[in-house]
This record gives sequence, C-alpha cells and structure tokens, in this order.
Amino acid sequence: MAVIRCRYNMAPFSVGERKRPGPDRRSVEISKITADALRPAVFLEKFPRSTIDVFIEILEAEGGTRCAGITAASVALADAGIPMRDLVVSCAAGKAGGNVILDLSEDEDKDGEADLPVAIMPRTSEITLLQMDGHLTPDEFDRALDLAVEGCKKINETQKEAIRNRYGDDNG
Amino acid sequence: MIFVEDKNLVVPGDVLADDEYHTGRGTFKEGNKICSSLVGLVAVRDKKISVIPLQSKYIPKRGDVVIGEITDIRFSMWNLDINSPYSGFLPASDVFGKEKRDLSKAFDVGDVLFLRVVDVDEVKKVKLGLKGRGLGKFRGGILIYITPTKVPRLIGKKGSMINMIKDETKCDIIVGQNGVVWVKGKPEMERIAERVINMIEDQAHTSGLTDRVRNMLYELLGKEIEDEEEVPEPDIEEG
Repeated sequence: MAVIRCRYNMAPFSVGERKRPGPDRRSVEISKITADALRPAVFLEKFPRSTIDVFIEILEAEGGTRCAGITAASVALADAGIPMRDLVVSCAAGKAGGNVILDLSEDEDKDGEADLPVAIMPRTSEITLLQMDGHLTPDEFDRALDLAVEGCKKINETQKEAIRNRYGDDNG
Repeated sequence: MIFVEDKNLVVPGDVLADDEYHTGRGTFKEGNKICSSLVGLVAVRDKKISVIPLQSKYIPKRGDVVIGEITDIRFSMWNLDINSPYSGFLPASDVFGKEKRDLSKAFDVGDVLFLRVVDVDEVKKVKLGLKGRGLGKFRGGILIYITPTKVPRLIGKKGSMINMIKDETKCDIIVGQNGVVWVKGKPEMERIAERVINMIEDQAHTSGLTDRVRNMLYELLGKEIEDEEEVPEPDIEEG
C-alpha cells in the first residue's frame, strides 16, 4: 500500500498579522486531516512500497483554506495521473449572526457561532472529512451539513472544468 | 447503458456505463456502475470500456525496455532511476558473469543505460538486465522525458512517427517504455527533435498529429512544405 502524506503550510504574509513561519499546532492538524480526507479516494493498493506527497502552500488566506487545500490537492492528484475512486471536494458551512451560512469568510469564522468544514466524494456523497467548531443545534447541524454538501457539488463542477480546460475545449 | 462516447475526456469518479460493459484499464466497478479512475480519454472496444490516461507514472512491467540512469553503486549491483516511483537494480552478475570486478569500472553513477526489465516481484522490486540486442550504455546525446502513456503516440503506427523524426533530423533516437527518450545527433538537430517530441507530448490526445509534426519539422528545418501551393490553408477562423 502506498502512503499518502501531506504538508499544509501558511506563508508568513498570507494573513493580516504576520504569522511566525513554520509548522504550528493548527497546520499540523490540517496536514493530518487533509491526508485523511484524500486517502479514501486514492487507489493506494496499486502502488505498493511508494509514497504520495501533497504540499499545500497558502499564500493568501481569508477563511476556508483547509477546504480550498483539499479541493485543489485532489485536482492535482488527478492531474498527476494518480488513479482515484473520485475527486475529493470540500466546503465549509457554519453559523454567523444567527444564520446558517455556506463558505465562511475569515471574519464570519472568527465572530460567528460555528464552523463546519466538510469534504465529500461527490459521486457517492461519502464524507471523508467532517469537523465542527462552535455550537449548532441538531437541526442547525443538519441544515449546515446539507448546505455544505450542496456547496461541494457546485465546486466539483469547477474542479472538473479546471481539469478539462487543461486539455483544450475541443474535448468532451 | 453507456453514458459517454468514445474519445470523451473524463475525470476520476465519472460514471461511464453500467454493468453490461466490462471494466478495462483506468476504470473500476462500484455496485453496478463502471467509473473512471483517471483523467483520460474513453476507449470503447466491443463491450469493454477503458480510459487511456493523459498523464501517468511508469509502472515497470516484465519485458519492457527502459532507459535508466545509475544513481548508486552497491556491493553487487547498480541502482538505477527509471523515471518511476520504483527504482531498478542491475545485478553485477548480469555484466561480469561469475567474475568479481570493481563495479564502478564498468558503469559509474550518472551513466545512462538502455535496459530490459527482467522481472518485477510482488513488492515491485525491479530487476533489470542488459542481455539483448542494442542494450547497453549510451555515450553522448540528450534525454527527453515524456509521459509514459504517450510513448505509443510518439512511436506511431509501425514506427511511422519516430522514423519520420529520425529521417528528417538525422538523429539516433531511442524511446524507452518508461517515457525517457534518448536523442543523439548534431546539437542543433537534437534541439529540433526535442521540440518536436515535446510538441507530440503536448498534443498526443488530438488527431491529425502526424501531419502537424511533419509541418513543424519542415518549418524548423527550413524546408518547403510539400503540396503547399496546391492545398492552401483554409481560412476558417476569419471567414
């Protein structure tokens, strides 16, 4: 079985207040959950004794970078010709100002009540990542999850388009 | 039921057909659906559906001929980079027989060899060999790396594409199954061959490639394109 490893890193200039360079508790967590989110999609058994490295460098952050990272990484894996069961697509929902909303910005995440990043494999809607930070009632959670899955499916169309555009518009 | 057409571009997870079709390469079955596992073009042959990848890594197969670069010398073998997730090894006995000699006298780190994959075991240890016609060490020339799945396109039907490049540039060209291409000729001809090969890799998934390659070769070599006056380029774009 192949091993999939991931490194998520934020550039010091990617956020308003300069971030100290290097891994911190947050980026170690995101690296792990990114690898965990991608792993179910990749046919690891086809590449015994090998490693797949994923590097995610955040150059400009304004909320939702872990989801953007997972979404982009799965497109990169597909582009590299690595066999996968499906693309992985990720999007966050949450609650801010009393409303359940999709794709939180940095301020909505900081000042809001809850953040719910979700990653799915869109064909089967199988969830490969589900995190929750903050408070949601069961009813709000259900609504937020549905909203996030809907958002993921929209982004999945963009993923496919990105791959197709690389090979010209004359195909499929 | 089939949901795609031949030569459609698909991405991982796309549903191709249901279970009245058979799964070919680049596809997998989930429930009663056949899905693509790669970015590539659909190929339907009878009831077998497969996806020809547009990008791939070389997975060694027994019998392939490959081009490799020596990365390390061990006690009784050379280690080679074969443009793959898996490195290959060439046992010293394959070169010296039973005789014991200094390995670095025969091949040193950095040497480029043309080899055959003798065996691939279950943990993908790749045993290489030099027995066979034309196998051995390259002297001079340049290396060009292309995606292994595009090797057949570069060679063409019965070698038509590669022979055309060889004839026009007067270069020696050897293509390894692992996507490494060795070219040797006059330096300026090597450059031309490199540009043409890179163009083929870029456009391998399009049709009418052989004609475009011929035109490009003639243009780079400063030759007249045959039949140019009889068949003028139709100006579809402007009309």
